[in-house]
Amino acid sequence: MKAFFQAGILATAALSLSGCQMALMDPQGPIGAEEKSIILLATGLMLVVVLPVIAMTIAFAWRYRASNQAAVYAPEWHHSNLIEAVVWAVPCLIIVALGIVTWTSTHQLDPRAPLASDLKPVEVEVVSLDWKWLFIYPDYHVASVNQLALPVGRPVHFRLTSATVMDSFFIPQLGSQIYTMTGMETQLSLLADHPGVYDGISSNYSGKGFAAMNFKALALNGSGFDAWIARARAAKTKLDAASYKKLAAPGVGNGAVYYGAVAPTLYHDILNKCLGGATCTDDAVTLAMAKAMAPGKAICTHPEVQSSLPKHKS
Amino acid sequence: MPPVSQSFLFGKLTLDAVPYHEPIIMTAVAGMVLAAATVVGLITYFGRWKWLWEEWLTSVDHKRIGVMYIILAMVMLLRGFADALMMRTQQAMASDGGAGYLPPQHFDQIFTAHGVIMIFFMAMPLVVGLMNIVMPLQIGARDVAFPYLNSVSFWLTTAGAVLVNISLGVGEFAHTGWLAYPPLSEPTYSAGVGVDYYLWSLQIAGVGTLLSGVNLITTILTMRAPGMTMMRMPVFTWTTLCSNMLIVAAFPILTVTFAMLSLDRYLGMHFFTNAAGGNPMMYVNLIWAWGHPEVYILILPAFGIYSEVIATFSTKRLFGYTSMVYATICITVLSFVVWLHHFFTMGSGADVNAFFGITTMIISIPTGVKIFNWLFTMYRGRVRLEVPVLWTLGFIITFVIGGMTGVLMAVPPADFVLHNSLFLVAHFHNAIIGGVVFGCMAGINYWFPKAFGFKLDARLGRISFWFWLVGFYVAFMPLYVLGLMGMTRRLDYVDNPVWHVYLVIAMIGAVLILFGVVAQIAQIAVSFANREKLRDVTGDPWNGRTLEWAVASPPPFYNFARIPHVRGIDAFWEMKQAGEARALHAEYGRIHMPCNTGTGVFLGGLSVVLGFALVWHIWWLAGLGFVAMLAIAILHTFDEHRDYYVSSREVARIEAQYFQQLSPES
Repeated sequence: MKAFFQAGILATAALSLSGCQMALMDPQGPIGAEEKSIILLATGLMLVVVLPVIAMTIAFAWRYRASNQAAVYAPEWHHSNLIEAVVWAVPCLIIVALGIVTWTSTHQLDPRAPLASDLKPVEVEVVSLDWKWLFIYPDYHVASVNQLALPVGRPVHFRLTSATVMDSFFIPQLGSQIYTMTGMETQLSLLADHPGVYDGISSNYSGKGFAAMNFKALALNGSGFDAWIARARAAKTKLDAASYKKLAAPGVGNGAVYYGAVAPTLYHDILNKCLGGATCTDDAVTLAMAKAMAPGKAICTHPEVQSSLPKHKS
Repeated sequence: MPPVSQSFLFGKLTLDAVPYHEPIIMTAVAGMVLAAATVVGLITYFGRWKWLWEEWLTSVDHKRIGVMYIILAMVMLLRGFADALMMRTQQAMASDGGAGYLPPQHFDQIFTAHGVIMIFFMAMPLVVGLMNIVMPLQIGARDVAFPYLNSVSFWLTTAGAVLVNISLGVGEFAHTGWLAYPPLSEPTYSAGVGVDYYLWSLQIAGVGTLLSGVNLITTILTMRAPGMTMMRMPVFTWTTLCSNMLIVAAFPILTVTFAMLSLDRYLGMHFFTNAAGGNPMMYVNLIWAWGHPEVYILILPAFGIYSEVIATFSTKRLFGYTSMVYATICITVLSFVVWLHHFFTMGSGADVNAFFGITTMIISIPTGVKIFNWLFTMYRGRVRLEVPVLWTLGFIITFVIGGMTGVLMAVPPADFVLHNSLFLVAHFHNAIIGGVVFGCMAGINYWFPKAFGFKLDARLGRISFWFWLVGFYVAFMPLYVLGLMGMTRRLDYVDNPVWHVYLVIAMIGAVLILFGVVAQIAQIAVSFANREKLRDVTGDPWNGRTLEWAVASPPPFYNFARIPHVRGIDAFWEMKQAGEARALHAEYGRIHMPCNTGTGVFLGGLSVVLGFALVWHIWWLAGLGFVAMLAIAILHTFDEHRDYYVSSREVARIEAQYFQQLSPES
């Protein structure tokens, strides 16, 4: 029991240190704020059972200790419909409540769901590399490594993939994380409410440079964001197949890097594994689907041959 | 490039595979070799090799196999715990601006080995060992259904453990995390032999576990004493049944998943690779389709132990037996429909995530019922606060906290920020230490006198309990906080100075648990020294309720001279009430028993050779090892000398001895 009190004191002390140290309890955007309130709500709901159970454990063990001959002793008493009904019903009710919270909040906070806002989201394409983060801004034609700029108050829509093993893209103070996987694309929308510099990490172990796979998320107000884009644009290096290959070589990042221009299909080619000139996965899929829909037919017929084929009645 | 003859003879193995340049590893290897040499030396000095071989290593007696499982678990606990201390020290040292003392590739192997060892080679042998010792006694059987298979299962599990330990000194272990997610575990990213050691040690041990599962299920279903209907089985037997059903249903998934990863690694296939249509998400789904039931494989027997302990020491019938049984069955079934909660962040749609979140929460209902039933067993009882009860009370308080954080993470949006954080690490240690380990400690303190004939020293038992309990909270509460601070797991260094103090506290907690472990070792040593004083002459030291207490401690090798007739739940309690317990009969029948065999030892030994050869691509040796295993297994089937009869006179003599011990004056 002593241990429990110690733990309680420790936990209280730790919680009182909250503020900027407890990243998840100090969210800087609506997603993180919702998730914080779900954590608190769910914990509160469960404490309704957990606290009485802890109290009953201590109370029953003490009250019915063998040396206390004053307590009632009923060695054959082993069943009570009332108690059984209560001990099944109480957890059921709590789980029903929690289940409702789960169903609604999971839909509301689906990482793929767009955020309600009057402003058009900023698009960012994210590629996890060994062991650094590449951020491409397709609308601004710039890119950066290990530094992510976000305009305050405007949703950011991430499309994410990996050029290597699985990582997880996570800015604790802004909320939800999402895995990055090669050949696959995940999506996430986040929004920062307040200007600031927030830590970003990979939260899925990815090899020996994993601990250094950090980035800074700069939440900037409107003019600050424009200035950041301008600074990135001023960078001399262009991100194309050649410079990307250099960047993608295994190794940890060394501070922020900017690219003033980006080859337009770079992210698409990384995602579809056709940077080296191979057939892009999406093209291969289209081809395969066309084959499946018209089995036995030639998919790509020469235009001259096509014109000589009998026309279908429309 | 090595010459062809060398690569044929030794595959990828060269002298460079031994990490001479790593002082930490070499010290650990030297320690292990020294410990092994000491054991071998002592056995030789005391001339106990013949005894060891005939009485223990070749034994098919379920009680001895169970004891050997627990010894294996304890040895591996020390190894896994050393890994834990190294990790906590590294993170404490490397969060204050320094780099710590472990390079990343070594740290990464340590956290992988820690997870693998603690789950597969500590927790599993511990619960399987307890099930082996206790369950046949509880159902009034003389052994398990397939005693020889039981020996094979044990030695295959041991072979897996040996292979993991070899990897420390020859080559490397996986640096992938304990579930070896691809593509990281594919040859492109893990070219060394680490993942191969991982795969073969777990495949070999996994076969052992699966066979043991088949064996124990068959035993329960077919060998119960007359009158013991399913709804009269002790709760520990029920949880053993459900746990082994989970083993039989889940372990084949693991075997197949690892086989596919092996095909990727050995034959260049593309099940889970990045290229050529491989799909790592499939691996993650499959591994957790095994992995989540695995959690319940471990915790269900622990729930069974608590049920036995709480009823016995409350001197009262278990409250709500029927509820307990149905709750166990509910958990068994539900454990197969929750696996996706381990990766809500993989991008599944909201419907899928919500479904798996809610199924996960539903499991907490039967679990909650169990906890209430334990509480109401104490209610109006006479609770003797012996060491097993302390572990049980510590468990209830700790486990409800672990359950709460678990259900919290079953809410997908909460998991979106807590996933893979130290909050998660704290949660599952809360459930596994607070649930499984505490349960096994309760079980060891409870059943030790049954297995060895003397009780464990209570004072050291209490000291050990308090160190473990306090140490657990000091070690893991800071990790919950760090998780809320946004710290993720598996970091070999930490660049946030604010976290340093929490990591130091966590390290202190780990040291407190170390004191607990030391106290347990001392407890066994002291109890052995004082065994005459702690001797259990009655066979029933705790005023027990179930059949294992109806026989002498330690039980005769045939367990029951006459198979008891069961007339209700708590069979032995009823016998005592009716004054029918421990009746010395005038006559006994002869007893049919299995013979010991060394085949299990040979199969286990050869599977180490096979695994080692496969890891290092020594194909001729792998082929030879496999053929030799097959040959020995087939040869065993020609062995006619497999069973014998214990004469009725011999039985009468052994029983008379027990009754002499019960009342020396008569």
